[in-house]
Amino acid sequence: MQVRRLIAGTVVPLAVTAGLVGCNSGDSAKVDPDGVVSIQIAEPQHMTPANSNDASGIQVLSALFAPLVSYDDSFKPVPDAAESVESQDHKTWTIKLKDGYTFHNGEKVTADNYIDAWNYAAYGPNAQNNGFFFSRIGGYAATQSKDPDGAEGPEKAPTPKAKTMSGLKKVDDLTFQVTLSAPFTEFETMLGYSAFYPLPKAAFSAPGVVKEDFESAPIGNGPFMMNGKWEHDAKVEVAKYDGYPGAKPKVGGVEFRIYLQPSAAYADVLSDNLDVIPQIPTESIPTAPDDLGDRFQRSSASQFQFLAFPTFEQEFSNPDVRKAISKAIDRDEIVRSVFKGSQQSARSFVSPVVAGYRENTCGDACEFNPQAAKQLYQQAGGPSKITLSYNSDGPHKDWIDATCNQLNANLGVECTAVPEAKIADLLDKVEAKTPVGIFRLGWIMDYPSMESYLNPLYSTTGSSNYYGYSNGDFDRLLEEGSKAATQEESIKKYQQAEDILARELPVIPLRFTQNNFGYSTRVQNVVVDLFSRIDLTQIEVLG
Amino acid sequence: MARYIIRRLLQMVVTFIGTTFVVYALMFANQNDPLQALAGDRPVSDNVRQVLTEQYHLDDPFLVQYAYYMKGLLTGDLGRTLTGRPIGDVMADAWPNTIKLALLALFFAALFGIGAGLVAGLRRGTVFDNTTLALTLVVVGLPIIVLAPIAQLVFGVKLGWFPTTAGARPDLYGLILPALVLGAASTATILRLTRTSVAENVRADYVRTARAKGLAVRRVVSVHVLRNSLIPVITLIGVDLGNLMAGAIVTEGVFNIPGVGSKLLLGIQTEDGPLVVGFVSVLVIVFLVTNLLVDLLYAVLDPRIRYE
Repeated sequence: MQVRRLIAGTVVPLAVTAGLVGCNSGDSAKVDPDGVVSIQIAEPQHMTPANSNDASGIQVLSALFAPLVSYDDSFKPVPDAAESVESQDHKTWTIKLKDGYTFHNGEKVTADNYIDAWNYAAYGPNAQNNGFFFSRIGGYAATQSKDPDGAEGPEKAPTPKAKTMSGLKKVDDLTFQVTLSAPFTEFETMLGYSAFYPLPKAAFSAPGVVKEDFESAPIGNGPFMMNGKWEHDAKVEVAKYDGYPGAKPKVGGVEFRIYLQPSAAYADVLSDNLDVIPQIPTESIPTAPDDLGDRFQRSSASQFQFLAFPTFEQEFSNPDVRKAISKAIDRDEIVRSVFKGSQQSARSFVSPVVAGYRENTCGDACEFNPQAAKQLYQQAGGPSKITLSYNSDGPHKDWIDATCNQLNANLGVECTAVPEAKIADLLDKVEAKTPVGIFRLGWIMDYPSMESYLNPLYSTTGSSNYYGYSNGDFDRLLEEGSKAATQEESIKKYQQAEDILARELPVIPLRFTQNNFGYSTRVQNVVVDLFSRIDLTQIEVLG
Repeated sequence: MARYIIRRLLQMVVTFIGTTFVVYALMFANQNDPLQALAGDRPVSDNVRQVLTEQYHLDDPFLVQYAYYMKGLLTGDLGRTLTGRPIGDVMADAWPNTIKLALLALFFAALFGIGAGLVAGLRRGTVFDNTTLALTLVVVGLPIIVLAPIAQLVFGVKLGWFPTTAGARPDLYGLILPALVLGAASTATILRLTRTSVAENVRADYVRTARAKGLAVRRVVSVHVLRNSLIPVITLIGVDLGNLMAGAIVTEGVFNIPGVGSKLLLGIQTEDGPLVVGFVSVLVIVFLVTNLLVDLLYAVLDPRIRYE
């Protein structure tokens, strides 16, 4: 990210001088402030802050809305649409909004817009995909209800006790207070996610009811406004909103063009029919450096792929066995041969896009060394047969087979790869403690914090701790981290917790995803942010 | 004739209801967890699961679900996709693209297939005949999943003769390359069939008689040889039209034309019964109507065929 910023810095002054001299009209480095940039997306599943959790929907929303906080180069939160986000005890947070922000229909942005939007998202019967983001806010539990006989049963869920969360209080038009159910030092970090955008009064048809057609043309508070409606399977067009008081974008508008397949988008970028493809398909990555030259770039993304051990099973309960298996896997080789370099090897438990990330925290345990691995495996008495389970509805067969082959060759074990039809089938079996052997999982962070990786995956009560891992010290460090006085101290605690994982290895880190993006000759300054979205305030169109 | 058509139309109603029932039953049997299928790797929260399960009657037994669906269908409501979009809207977007693409593909296939097949059949053993034989073998041997990206790379990206993708609101120019690719296999089979058929008919007694009468070569070829040779070709074209509509998944993906094929694929992947049944119902009608048209065309081409 640093390097790319530097490059951009040198290109722009050159462009300016060229413009001043004005020697040739065909100069490619002249920026057109009214140019429209086209960006590939897939058909969004939804296009409202509370319901969008797919990459395409979130990319469009990032144009239409301004977040309360954005992130600096070290992924720490800085106020954006908020004037300040402060708390003494990390339980009661006071959020002050900047004056001067308006929605695209002219409404002034007030504290009510946030409170109403968040209450709508959290309220159980509204069934919003991002509702769980608000679970730390006081009174969230009262807005939920559980179906007494499960979703499949005939009985219906009762109406929740409350329609709104008691933890949200308006102070004045531009200030509101959020009381959490327990202190959380990094609450501010969460606020940059699209679930926390405000909604205008115009979005509601009645208090607590969002209009059904709101998502066909969402009204936001961001740098761009809708230009027409969401044309399903075709495109979403947005144009610069002149009333936006924040950092002005350098383009006149954006056309989010909907593609069925990324390969078609890639062909369009090659022929300059499309400006930006955020993720080049794996099969095209080997030729991308030749096809696009400097216009093919990579940056780190948040998704974490790993192999998990059922630590409750006797054969995998010894950390040395887990370590030996980890050492027998040549991550770099699999990244090269199976993924054509589209992902990067992981040797840490949190991804490079969160504050507090350290390279190679796994250390010796993730270092490929077949001799040492075999020796350690035999000493520790590892099982002679290993099963690797995976879900075959995702693109996992190739790398699981490759990993299995490596284990066969390097440990002298008999490794078999076992597909399950769906990820849900696999998780059901794991939860029922059916022996499935080692299994694959992936994790996407909910908000850019180490906590978003460590707590759900490895704490004793973690929502996605499928491997029965439990370590008192680890739980205690996480607890202390979430209450620490400053973010720096939180990170220190989390890093100590991560070191425990490196020693005990309940899972083996394998890979982090990357953004492999490419762009046409018409644009420059293409930057991808930590949520894998194209940064629309920086991109420029060449005249 | 009229009685025949009415009888066929009545048969269609029965076939239509039967197929929708079978397709709905198959989708139901395949249904595991549509909400999870839609969400992919992400977990589905309890709230979302509760509300959507009620809304789409996912917890009801098969016959109840089917009854809900048929009730909606009879009142003109095709239901909603799992993301809440009316299926009627999805169909209104997808069908025009598919119909344009399939008809254009069929047009090219018939034009090149019958044209070249006629020439090859009349001049057997010449360079033209052998070249088309070799070419058709290549086209038949190349699956469309290879042919489409190559055509896109060569004619779209490298040479720039055609737009690389057609998009959701395609114009005629943008559709030419996808239609040629989609119709390639049909072109080859139509060509081979026309050639064989023509080659046979050229040696038939009535053609010799026509020649002996002193008819012009042009008339012998166009009225006596070609017309009689077209009967098997028309059958093939009728079957192909339905296949071109339902089976354009690869072409639609490569050239980014959101049509019936890609929506069917999406519906199957997300286990979305109503979406699949909606599209398949229309496809069934297309198949039935084209087959009826083909049968009626037989009578036009061959006056000996009569329908009572």
